[in-house]
Amino acid sequence: MPKGKAKEVARAETSSLALQLSKKRRITGDAIFANLNRASGIAVIALLIAMIWFVLSEATPSLRHYGIFSFFHTRWAPSEASLASSSPNPYGIVQFIYGTAIVSIIAMVISVPVGVGVALFISEVCPKKLKKTLTTLTELLAAVPSVVYGFWGIAVLVPALRPAAGFMENTLAKIPGVGGFFEGPFFGFSILAASVVLSIMVLPTVIAISREVFSTVPRDHREAAIALGGTRWEVIRTAVLPYSRSGVVGASFLGLGRALGETIAVTMVIGNSVLGISWSILGQGATLASVIANEFTEANQPFHIESLFVAGFALMILTLVVNVIARVIVARMGAATGRAS
Amino acid sequence: MTSPTPSGSAVVAEWAADSNYRARRIKNAVMTALMLAALAVTIGALAWVLIYVALQGFKYLNVGFLIKTPPGSPAKGGGGFYNGIIGTVIIVGIAFVVAAPVGVLVAVYLVEYGRGRTAATVRFLADVLVGVPSIVVGAFIYATWVLNFGFSGLAGALSLSIVMLPLIIRSAEEVILLVPRDLREASYALGVPKWKTTLRITLPTARNGILTGMMLAVARAAGETAPLILTALGNDLFTEYNPLHRMSTLSLLIFHNATTGFKPAQARAWAGALVLIIMILSLTLVSRWLSGRRERTMGGAVK
Repeated sequence: MPKGKAKEVARAETSSLALQLSKKRRITGDAIFANLNRASGIAVIALLIAMIWFVLSEATPSLRHYGIFSFFHTRWAPSEASLASSSPNPYGIVQFIYGTAIVSIIAMVISVPVGVGVALFISEVCPKKLKKTLTTLTELLAAVPSVVYGFWGIAVLVPALRPAAGFMENTLAKIPGVGGFFEGPFFGFSILAASVVLSIMVLPTVIAISREVFSTVPRDHREAAIALGGTRWEVIRTAVLPYSRSGVVGASFLGLGRALGETIAVTMVIGNSVLGISWSILGQGATLASVIANEFTEANQPFHIESLFVAGFALMILTLVVNVIARVIVARMGAATGRAS
Repeated sequence: MTSPTPSGSAVVAEWAADSNYRARRIKNAVMTALMLAALAVTIGALAWVLIYVALQGFKYLNVGFLIKTPPGSPAKGGGGFYNGIIGTVIIVGIAFVVAAPVGVLVAVYLVEYGRGRTAATVRFLADVLVGVPSIVVGAFIYATWVLNFGFSGLAGALSLSIVMLPLIIRSAEEVILLVPRDLREASYALGVPKWKTTLRITLPTARNGILTGMMLAVARAAGETAPLILTALGNDLFTEYNPLHRMSTLSLLIFHNATTGFKPAQARAWAGALVLIIMILSLTLVSRWLSGRRERTMGGAVK
């Protein structure tokens, strides 16, 4: 073999080797990076499964000791618990489930109409220049920490609710059928106070998502309604609202999910009465989240912490169900309009 | 109308005479007024909270508040929340260091690599994770960490990192999606591997947006109280710098002092609430300013 040719072959070999090497390095670099990304993605799945698993496993001793169904009554009296006896179960949680539900529902009844109204105003009525400012202001509502809302509730809202509570006691309580919900006396720290604080806290969620939903309404729909001579309200009623109905329902469910799990502000104003259900919203109550926050650090009775984990597990399942429903509604809405939200 | 081509003014005149049209106009006005009322209620609630906190907070807020710890008894005046401020900074800082890289990696996975069922599941669960109550997150860290290693600032940081994670994932995913395809393809065409393209081209382009989301997540975590009760526990007496011991945060100190019923303690709690709100609002406003800049720099390339 001539010398020159050998050199050429050698050069070709080394260059192809270099190419291979760099290709290899590139592939390994990509492979490492891709796997790192995939691993962190899968870690999210693992995290959620681990959360369900560990919360349930901490609740298990109590569930085993008393039996699952014995938790379905309305009296929570840790001081009556003993290691020896398993019946009756002193840790009933139905009043917490009721408290969580009623507080969240009242909060939604207040915040959904107000939030949708604000979102409609921002997206349909207000001049373009004001839009950004108003959006920022409504977002600031979400920036105030829960503990500050709770403190404000103690100092300001509870006294301010007295006149409204007086009206409920004296007038609404006399309505047959629903009167029981408004019976006095007003305790100050009450289901009502918790609901109102909560309604302010979920407002920014409802506003933000409703606003996003309204912005997906096609221009054509609005313009068609305008061309038919509709007033602004008629444009909203015939073009904007029908198109975004499922999105607004999704927004409400997301707000509800947030309301169900809200802890500190509710704990500070609801009164933390754990011995039964107060049907009157002027009375005191407790939620699944508030009983955990209120008793956790002082839980020293047999099966006390374990039973708080039962409440925690119930809360987790409740919020998971509501959030999954909300996401499915919002996702379906996104698919229908061809826009991911 | 019989006339085939009525002039505009004729139509308007006819409408104005129509009582039905007047009813519609009135309904429109009423509905607009209702929307304005909703807006007034919302802004009013915000103003009421912020102004009240400011009024009460400034009564007690002074330099001493920022550099002293609370007195031994809640009935005594004086002292400050220095230990809480330090605790918040350390705990949220650690939470950020844990959550930020993982959050961005997951977001990159969702945008650049995620195909098929796994990615869809991750995306869905990240959304669901946003909705998991923070107290449940605290209970989870209690069960996994605190039972084995005891209450500590680090446990609090871990719980806050789980609170922050889904917020970072979703906001980062949104902005990485906005990075124009052309930029990536130009990089691939030059023979740059995908991982390097992502690190050097895609992420830097989306940097402002990612930072915005991170700051909002930090703001949210700084205000959290519920998970910390189950993890960091609080330490109201002295300043703790070691995150392996139980620590206080601003939010915990506000919670403890607000619920004592003693006036001096509540005065401290108001000042603490004011400091916390100022911290969180400035983070929120800076992040909004950043995202405004993003729209300007990336706006032209999008869509």
